[in-house]
Amino acid sequence: MQVWHFSEMAYHPGWEELGNSLRNVIPSRVYDPKVGADLYHRYLDEWAMCDELGINIMVNEHHATATCTTAVCTVPMAILARETKNIRLLCLGMPIANRMDAVRVAEEYAMIDVISRGRVEMGFVKGSPFEVTPANSNPATLTERFWEAHDLILKAMTTHDGPFNWEGQHFQYRQVNIWPRPYQEPHPPVWMTVSSPGSAKLVGEKGYVVASLNTGYASTPTIYNTYRTAAEAAGHDVGSDRFAYLAIVGVGETEEEGRRRAHQILDYSRTTPRVARQFWFPPGYAPADVTGRMLTATDPRTITLRDGSKAVMQTGSVDDFVDAGIAFAGTPDTVYDQIKEFHDHVGGLGHLLMMGQGGHISHEDTVSNLTLFSKEVLPRLQPL
Amino acid sequence: MERIDIAGIVLDVDIVGEGPPMLYLHPEHYAHLHASFVDKLAKRWKIYAPRHPGFDGQNPPENFRRVEDIAYLYLDLVERLGLGSVTMLGASFGGWIALEMAVRNSTRLNALGLIAPLGVKLGSREERDFEDIFALSDEDAARALFAVEPPDLNAFSDDQLTAVARDRQFVCYYAWKPFLHNPSLARWLHRVAVPTHLIWGENDGFVRRAHGQKLAARIPGARLDVIPGAGHYPQLERLDETVELIFAGPCAKAGAKQGG
Repeated sequence: MQVWHFSEMAYHPGWEELGNSLRNVIPSRVYDPKVGADLYHRYLDEWAMCDELGINIMVNEHHATATCTTAVCTVPMAILARETKNIRLLCLGMPIANRMDAVRVAEEYAMIDVISRGRVEMGFVKGSPFEVTPANSNPATLTERFWEAHDLILKAMTTHDGPFNWEGQHFQYRQVNIWPRPYQEPHPPVWMTVSSPGSAKLVGEKGYVVASLNTGYASTPTIYNTYRTAAEAAGHDVGSDRFAYLAIVGVGETEEEGRRRAHQILDYSRTTPRVARQFWFPPGYAPADVTGRMLTATDPRTITLRDGSKAVMQTGSVDDFVDAGIAFAGTPDTVYDQIKEFHDHVGGLGHLLMMGQGGHISHEDTVSNLTLFSKEVLPRLQPL
Repeated sequence: MERIDIAGIVLDVDIVGEGPPMLYLHPEHYAHLHASFVDKLAKRWKIYAPRHPGFDGQNPPENFRRVEDIAYLYLDLVERLGLGSVTMLGASFGGWIALEMAVRNSTRLNALGLIAPLGVKLGSREERDFEDIFALSDEDAARALFAVEPPDLNAFSDDQLTAVARDRQFVCYYAWKPFLHNPSLARWLHRVAVPTHLIWGENDGFVRRAHGQKLAARIPGARLDVIPGAGHYPQLERLDETVELIFAGPCAKAGAKQGG
């Protein structure tokens, strides 16, 4: 099993003032660049130390939000491509349906792949519903644009005999010819995130790494099984290295310390829903009957516990999140047991995307979290 | 309801009423709430009311993407129906389609009625001619669209809720960016060669009445009537006043000239 440390590089100092609205329309006067600079360097230091810990790196991208100041995923990737030597660099992911210049996306990934000497893992994502607003990306044509960008980026990376033409529905170029070409052949490995069996099927047909984020005990097996069936039918080898799962991880010298770290990082999950309702259901992002039902729905977002009951995401406790399989928390032994149990429950897991920093957890606690995980948990996970 | 196959698209067209022909181009929303409005129009005109592709639950063909595509489709429809001289009435999104048709080919039109039409940008780049309705809260959006009382979504059936979601999806499909307008349309308004009647709700917070005034000034000989106590859908909030204005305005006069 490979492990990847993930942080959203949040601007948590702004959370209290911003209250229940943390995205899209929040004024940037709440952001203090001096505090922000310190935070960027802290988060980058935490990622950079992973090179010595044997933990890989995962970045993501979000816009106009205090929950994540990685507005451009390739910026930290590029910095870490130079500051690390051994570990791999995953972006999960590049919101390719919201990038209006797909050739530029191919160039960005290719440059970082070369600078890192072939350590990039290339995530392509549709992006959360609220992301269409900052990008002004048409939600009604998003899926179509996503796949056209996917096709164009891969063709740009794998064409080496000069320019090609591409006059598609969403992207028009007459001389596509990227320099540099990527370091890895034929291109960096592709990852995609899914939250439903339907999308898992599409990713399975392609044989890409499927990443399920916080889908817990309740939903993950169906997603992975759907992927497996589709991937095998398409003739792909389906080893555990096809399966990735994102969880919050808090390890400590004592149960209490580990749980307290997880509790702090879990503010990531608790703040994710804090966005004005109208940005959750952009027209055409989801099928009309699904969105239609949401027009009169008032229930808050929930997580599903193992007995089938629900807990409200915004106020969930560590116990709730651990029960649900969204967090792993406690001593190294406890955390290992929880991960192993989840691994067995889903039929094998090759990549643990570990959110080792989030919310108000301090730098010292984050360093300790990652270091302890590396020394005491990681060696036991590697044979899985 | 008739199904008419035109230019590779199967159009559902409601045909109702007695009198000279009127092509009615529906607004983006609340088809089921507009039945009374169409019924009243049908006392004076024979109404041909196509369901815009996408809004009808069918996915448009891949290269059918812009409001001008709908305009050409309906110009084809008018020819196919054999309507030599037709009055056209469009509301909101339907009004935009009507304008695109009128600037291209008015030969089969005798009058144009527009209720708070979208489609024409007259303000500067930092001004919103059309409120960003998709970025407003439900409460703010309702206040922008309705002067008195918005429809109660809790009273809608599942199918009607799906229709609301689908309506919004297809507004975005055709007109996400540039937002709700064709940047060129303002330049060609002088080509609208038929008597034009603009009707606006005084309290329209989506497309403001001031926009309507600027628009009326750009369309040759256009008449603008503003209805108090109405938002973006005066035909829903002030049905009788809206119908009275239409019956007393350029659309009715043109129809009368044509005879029965």
